Amino acid sequence: MSATAATFERLATVERSPGYWSGVIRRLRRDPVAMVALAIIIGLVLMALFSPWIAPADPYRSSMLRRLRPIGTPGFPLGTDELGRDMLSRLIYGARLSLLMGVTPVFIAFFVGSFLGITAGYVGGKVNTVVMRTVDVFFAFPSVLLAIALSGALGAGIFNGLLSLSIVFIPPIARIAESVTTAVRKIDYVEAARASGASSMTIIRVHVLGNVLGPIFVYATGLISVSLILASGLSFLGLGVKPPEPEWGLMLNTLRNAIYVQPWVAALPGLMIFITSISFNLLSDGLRSAMDIKA
Amino acid sequence: MLLYIAKRVLYTLPVALGVSIVCFMLVHIAPGDPLTSVLPPDASAQLQAEMRRLYGFDRPLPVQYGLWLLKTLQGDLGTSIATGRAVAVELWSAMGNTLMLAVLATAIGFVLGCLFGFVAGYFRDSWIDKLASFVSIIGVSVPHYWLGMVLVIIFSVQLNWLPATGAGPGGSADWVWDWAHIRHLILPAVTMSVIPMGIVARTVRALVADILSQEFIVGQRAKGLLDLGVLRHVIKNAAPTALAVMGLQLGYLLGGSILIETVFSWPGTGFLLGQAIFQRDLPLLQGTILVLAMFFVALNLIVDVVQTLLDPRVQRS
Repeated sequence: MSATAATFERLATVERSPGYWSGVIRRLRRDPVAMVALAIIIGLVLMALFSPWIAPADPYRSSMLRRLRPIGTPGFPLGTDELGRDMLSRLIYGARLSLLMGVTPVFIAFFVGSFLGITAGYVGGKVNTVVMRTVDVFFAFPSVLLAIALSGALGAGIFNGLLSLSIVFIPPIARIAESVTTAVRKIDYVEAARASGASSMTIIRVHVLGNVLGPIFVYATGLISVSLILASGLSFLGLGVKPPEPEWGLMLNTLRNAIYVQPWVAALPGLMIFITSISFNLLSDGLRSAMDIKA
Repeated sequence: MLLYIAKRVLYTLPVALGVSIVCFMLVHIAPGDPLTSVLPPDASAQLQAEMRRLYGFDRPLPVQYGLWLLKTLQGDLGTSIATGRAVAVELWSAMGNTLMLAVLATAIGFVLGCLFGFVAGYFRDSWIDKLASFVSIIGVSVPHYWLGMVLVIIFSVQLNWLPATGAGPGGSADWVWDWAHIRHLILPAVTMSVIPMGIVARTVRALVADILSQEFIVGQRAKGLLDLGVLRHVIKNAAPTALAVMGLQLGYLLGGSILIETVFSWPGTGFLLGQAIFQRDLPLLQGTILVLAMFFVALNLIVDVVQTLLDPRVQRS
């Protein structure tokens, strides 16, 4: 590789990236809605990390004598569930599995999907055809149906749930990555870098990744809310997380029969899913406009 | 035009084939021998081998796939393990119920979504826009199975206005469009409509805002064209995309109806799927998924073709 090309590339990236990202952060900071959403998400993450210290009671300890107490019962501020377990503690502990099950698949899909899409877009030819036609097949399923088909066949369990959801989110991310990479590959300065002898790895690292990861990242953040709803939905159907683990979707499922006794206690876990999912959506929207990316 | 449509149809074939392979493999990625769900746990080795040969599980996978595909193309989706009835028969009545629910939900979502989206795009950046946009973001963020529960709590448990579950006195077999049946449809349809409402509203808002800022509209307004005339242009330009989004949403609702049908015990394909998962009835699972996925593939094709017919700009891009 020629030394000058590499130097130019390094100079170019060093000068450009910090300016761009600090601009994004500055614009994001001025967006009050996105900031509130971010604060809620940070709060939820802290709640998940420190649940043993925050939760007032043991989320697994049940008691047949105090089943389905209403909200505001002394000692049980948010009531108790169908097995007499403290709802507040279970909701706090629930953040652990619910966030894990919702965020991890998008995280995995971000890496696998970006890798597949960028490879397909950069290499082109037969590789592109094979990868993208396979992606098309999975894309031909509605996302909920694919998630349920896979985890329905694999059976319940945290790992199977994560696997199914990751497979659901790889195709959309791979598609975005492929189309952005194909577009970037044809831009003149990439041609110029190649002509000046830059290796494929350098071009991918500097030009392709630099331009492609931003849009993919924003797109992926938008998927987190869908993933959270779907992950809890799987547990709600009896797939995904198994009892007695505290997870919001599963809690909603086991409390479903209690809506005639303690309707509002039964609705609480869903409220948590809703708050989490809308916060991720609002933050993603804020990020999108701060990065000036059109959907 | 015709060439484009022909190409689009031709392109669908390999995708459909791929979808069928994925559905075929579902039974084989399931843990354990597919036979274990059919046979009693104490079945003798001889019986096991016999059943294996009978079901064709002793042949190589590609051969099994070929035979399965041949049977499927003739409309034979296998037999449900739990009920012993043909999967196709089970699916037929369930499909009608889901279609009824999904079409109604899409219609409600489309009308409300267009309304919210249009108002938001027309009064861009005003408080009306913010409010309408917030409603649409709630629509895409709310876990709809939970919304269904909340609506049941309000309208069935507390107010006792509408039934919580089921499809009415005649069941799904004797459905009549009278109040006794329609009241069972209201809550699930409204719950389901929230998703397309949010997505249609977001799409329409972006479309309307984009069209209103284009030069020919600004020019016509300057020439003194009334708002009503501008409206006509906006609708003409936004309709093809909005309709395409609606078509796809119908497909998503058909495929994703399981959560809502579980909440309301609505006897559709989603409910059937739920039963199949619960009882580990793999043939029923496979058949239902295959039919729903093929429905979605076909709907995608129809949406694309209709959009090309409505909007000649699509073809060029």
